[in-house]
Amino acid sequence: MALPTLAVHKFASCDGCQLSLLDLEDELLAVAGVVQIANFMEASREVLPPPYDVTLVEGSITTAHDAERIKQIREETGVLITIGACATAGGIQALRNWKDVDDFTRYVYAHPAYIETLQTSTPVADHVAVDFELRGCPVSKHQLLEVLVAFLQGRRPNVPTYSVCVECKLKGNPCVMVAHGTPCLGPVTQAGCDALCPTYDRGCFGCFGPMESPNTGSLADQWKAMGASERDLIDAFRNFNAWSDAFRKESDRHQTSIEIGGVR
Amino acid sequence: MTNAREISVEYLARVEGEGSMRVEVIDDHIEHVEFSIFEPPRFFEAFLRGRPLTDAPDITARICGICPIAYQMSSVHAMEDALGVTVGGSLRELRRLIYCGEWIESHALHIYLLHAPDFLGYQSGIHMAADHRDVVERGLRLKKAGNAIVGLVGGREIHPINVKVGGFYRTPTKKELEALVPELEWAREAAVATIRFVGGFDFPDAEMDFEFVSLSHPDEYPFNEGRIVSNKGIDIAVSEYNDFFVEEHVERSNALHSRIRDRGAYHVGPLARYALNFDKLTPLAQTMAREVGLDPVCMNPFKSIIVRSVETLYAVEEALRIIDEYEQPVARVVPYAVREGEGHGATEAPRGLLYHRYRVHDDGRIADAQIVPPTAQNQLTIESDLRYVLERHLELPDDELAWVLEQSIRNYDPCISCATHFLDLTVERG
Repeated sequence: MALPTLAVHKFASCDGCQLSLLDLEDELLAVAGVVQIANFMEASREVLPPPYDVTLVEGSITTAHDAERIKQIREETGVLITIGACATAGGIQALRNWKDVDDFTRYVYAHPAYIETLQTSTPVADHVAVDFELRGCPVSKHQLLEVLVAFLQGRRPNVPTYSVCVECKLKGNPCVMVAHGTPCLGPVTQAGCDALCPTYDRGCFGCFGPMESPNTGSLADQWKAMGASERDLIDAFRNFNAWSDAFRKESDRHQTSIEIGGVR
Repeated sequence: MTNAREISVEYLARVEGEGSMRVEVIDDHIEHVEFSIFEPPRFFEAFLRGRPLTDAPDITARICGICPIAYQMSSVHAMEDALGVTVGGSLRELRRLIYCGEWIESHALHIYLLHAPDFLGYQSGIHMAADHRDVVERGLRLKKAGNAIVGLVGGREIHPINVKVGGFYRTPTKKELEALVPELEWAREAAVATIRFVGGFDFPDAEMDFEFVSLSHPDEYPFNEGRIVSNKGIDIAVSEYNDFFVEEHVERSNALHSRIRDRGAYHVGPLARYALNFDKLTPLAQTMAREVGLDPVCMNPFKSIIVRSVETLYAVEEALRIIDEYEQPVARVVPYAVREGEGHGATEAPRGLLYHRYRVHDDGRIADAQIVPPTAQNQLTIESDLRYVLERHLELPDDELAWVLEQSIRNYDPCISCATHFLDLTVERG
């Protein structure tokens, strides 16, 4: 029986999420034994013709060309899985969405006319239907393996949508907000990193994006009680998952407070 | 009748990011050679403005998933320069250690999965594993040994979370580091085996006249500190970078091209570091280089794979030294007061010199940022290598010619995600 085929594509991103596949040092050759790697430019010159059974997409849509390319990739695959904060929320480059991109282009490049880019950086799901979104900046390689195996087996991936707090409790970490007053996005951020930052005595900064039904307003109040300014809150929510619905709205709320009240 | 050929590779494989190559040949005359970066621009320097200076290591890491430590190191050193902070002692050693981890994982990835398949005629490391499973498994285990260092000191392999301006969020205990030692002792043997493995490849003849540029430090093989030097007379402080190097924006590329003012192309990366710092390598690394016939200065870019394996051995031995001498620092950070200022940082990413410059306001926010990644600095040299290789291999059929040209691009382990802040190969024969 022919092996299921796997394609991996990249849009605007850092390469880190597809590198997670190659970082499966113990499992990579086993994975290559159960799927046919059919189109994965970072790993192989060989490109087999479409269609593919499963396609992983890293990166956000930032050019008119890429907005067309993602449609073709959708047509050529059975299952489309987006991986990482760029593909699922627009990534750090979505900070442009609040600014004038022409201004950005002039700042970085001497000849802005050579640069073709859209006004916004947007997630793949804004452009085509996506079968599963795997969060993280970067994704967890163990979750990536779980998602791949689940789709190959035709079952739902076991990827929790609860908060980082749950992981902290499971690890027995003392709460960094309670114990030493460190602002932390853990209460509103989806698990997946195994509560990495609190384990290293630092507050979570939201790599995995909003958890299911996050109470961002309540957390923001808590941060303010600890001395955070509106500007600090905008910076905290406008990070790698800035354009995710929940984080975007929360950051905009603090932007509005500044604009209306002149609060800093 | 003219004989025109165009060879193009529109999406280069086994490099990090999106780049292309196109060459055009008419009657055995090379009309055009172009190495382009079409990776979409992400505007890091623009959106860093206004962010807290403490964000720089976390945000700039996202430029590259393969070498996030390089971005974290260049950014924290530049910020510390702006703030007048010096990080010494065990904290400084931990920064060298985490960089050793990144060199090992990045070099092992490139040697075994991205570059060796060119020399042995395979489409990928996975194809290569069908015939050389034990070799590929050794490469993966070596890569994992490097990642274990980054994972412990940095928190995770990709986009580590533990590096901060002034030091670290948490420092490892001696016992935690010592747990890495048995695997690093295996890695030292594996790195020696790697040098013998790649030293036995057939290398195309090539003898370039490179201007090598790298850091140089009086006491050590360079990671985070030193002066910027070249084999043709440059010897400057990092803060003088912009006086000697310029970035140009050309139409075909979303990356800026670097050149030495009034001079032209230069070469950063393992070959440059090795040639300019050979005497700082460990005795075993020097002995192994000589055993496989590598002179202290190597101008054949195809042999960069050997130099990467020698540097891998160095990084393993340096990591073992640091762990052996380590004492957990009393303080996790060197305290600093926020002030207005400008700072410069240059460190040795696996692919070569990575320069950062920031201006910061007195409220601790970034006023201005400049980031010059290694692949952007190598772009002109990559094109001149393509021309050299093309001239000597015109007799090859298109598919074989395309492959050797791709291979000569991969000599640089180009990181296109970095360079845009690049690759797609076209050979046109008119």
